[in-house]
Amino acid sequence: MSLIEAQGLVKRFGDFTAVDGIDVRVEAGEAFGFLGPNGAGKSSTMRMVGCVSPPTDGQLRIFGMDPVRDGPAIRSRLGVCPQQDSLDLELTCLENLTVYARYFGIPRKVARERARELLDFVQLGDRADSPVEPLSGGMKRRLVIARALINEPEIVLLDEPTTGLDPQARHLVWERLFRLKQRGVTLVLTTHYMDEAEQLCDRLVVMDAGKIVAEDAPRALIERYSTREVVELRFGLDGLDTYADKLAGVGERLEVLPDRILLYAADGDDAVAQVHGRGLTPSSVLVRRSTLEDVFLHLTGRTLVD
Amino acid sequence: MGGTVAVLGHHLTIYRRVWRGSVFTSFLVPVLFLLGMGISVGGYVDERQGPLGVPYLDFIAPGLLMSTALQVAVSEAMWPVFDGFAWSRRYEVMRTAPVRTRDILLGHVAFVQLRALIAVAGFLLVMTLFGAVHSALAPLALPVGVLVGCATSIPIFGYSAHVKSENMFAVVMRFGVIPMTLFAGVFFEVGAMPPAARALAYVSPLWHGVELARGATLGVDTAWSWPLHVGYLLLWIAVGWPLALRQFTRRLDT
Repeated sequence: MSLIEAQGLVKRFGDFTAVDGIDVRVEAGEAFGFLGPNGAGKSSTMRMVGCVSPPTDGQLRIFGMDPVRDGPAIRSRLGVCPQQDSLDLELTCLENLTVYARYFGIPRKVARERARELLDFVQLGDRADSPVEPLSGGMKRRLVIARALINEPEIVLLDEPTTGLDPQARHLVWERLFRLKQRGVTLVLTTHYMDEAEQLCDRLVVMDAGKIVAEDAPRALIERYSTREVVELRFGLDGLDTYADKLAGVGERLEVLPDRILLYAADGDDAVAQVHGRGLTPSSVLVRRSTLEDVFLHLTGRTLVD
Repeated sequence: MGGTVAVLGHHLTIYRRVWRGSVFTSFLVPVLFLLGMGISVGGYVDERQGPLGVPYLDFIAPGLLMSTALQVAVSEAMWPVFDGFAWSRRYEVMRTAPVRTRDILLGHVAFVQLRALIAVAGFLLVMTLFGAVHSALAPLALPVGVLVGCATSIPIFGYSAHVKSENMFAVVMRFGVIPMTLFAGVFFEVGAMPPAARALAYVSPLWHGVELARGATLGVDTAWSWPLHVGYLLLWIAVGWPLALRQFTRRLDT
């Protein structure tokens, strides 16, 4: 049985359709990602899975149960890390965990022991009795993750777990999440960071305008929707379109951006040789591996979504 | 039930960090009020040998007692509720645990009544020290204070869940709390007002609380029979609860 199973899942707010008939399955032990631009429907989906937002249509089962009828029973087995930190700033780190533990009916003594272990796990052990207010953004996020683990959940839902964190803090969060996954906890996360999705997710869906536009393992998506390598060529800013004409046929696909041309090719060096062979001399050449970002932009377009 | 208790426990844990300030306020404010209004204004009023039958200070003390319950309960149902949705997002976090929205509302309502009860108890103690209590029924003013707290704060829970800006709370103060404090029988008998104004006083929950509290601390008869006053306050609760729950559900379960 899949831990999460959605079929034709729809969420509407008035006339606005946030989630437009998606099918998703998450298996035990997986790290599953929802990737998409702002407004793609990721958070609405997460709220439905978290049993706080009833689906408008379609079918949703979590642990084989119905989120509307069995909400409390499902939530007692979920860990939720919301997008905003939402901690009790007046309380200490330890109290933030023990207060939350009482919602799960965890006895005080057990709650205290577990809270201390979790604070150690997220490397805040020495902050147990300090107030939350002065903690850095990364520390607060780790505290929220620790709080989400207080009931020893089978699935942890993480809504943009590293948004707004500096690189060191992000890597520390990733590393902790990776440890969780190793322990067999199922992770479901939303992100718009491609590197995060590549680092953490075994499988992911790309969402756009409430629909799933692609679904697979990160590497498989790159292979399917992009090429192995990408060549970035710069020629100065004028007349990139005329260069594009001259480059026709090099590589599998070509994209003109305001400041550079991207050549999608299986072999980047070979493509560069062909560029030079046509008598063109770009001011700079960069050959890189294709990333999930290339897939993402290919699937959801480059138009800015605010 | 367990969910409600956990929500109440959450608010109490936070209150434990900040209680000192509020306890100070609940003793200092009544002392200042009783000194300022009762003794100074009372000096003039009592000289005229009016129809009150008791010293002015003793007359207004139960009124101030109920307006304290009103003010504590209503303010606790405004900013902290707005905070729960918009700033700390505490409610959203509670909702991720296996508690229901009604537990979240009921637990917070219970906490607010506890705050009102503490304030009323402090005030009643100060009143007793001032010699303003004339009846053994006076402890009944405590549950009356909680009743006033519930009747006025539960609808405000709904209002605070509904408004989009904290600026809307000034409306409650200007058109609710302040007029009630001034014209709902705290400082003078409502019979002294013209019929239209008197009708507004009868509509206000505070007047009914003041009548009951005055009956308790002075041992005098209430304006209407006491079950009517109690029933009217219960009516505010009965109407306010579904409204508040609907707003909380709209915010937390969509």
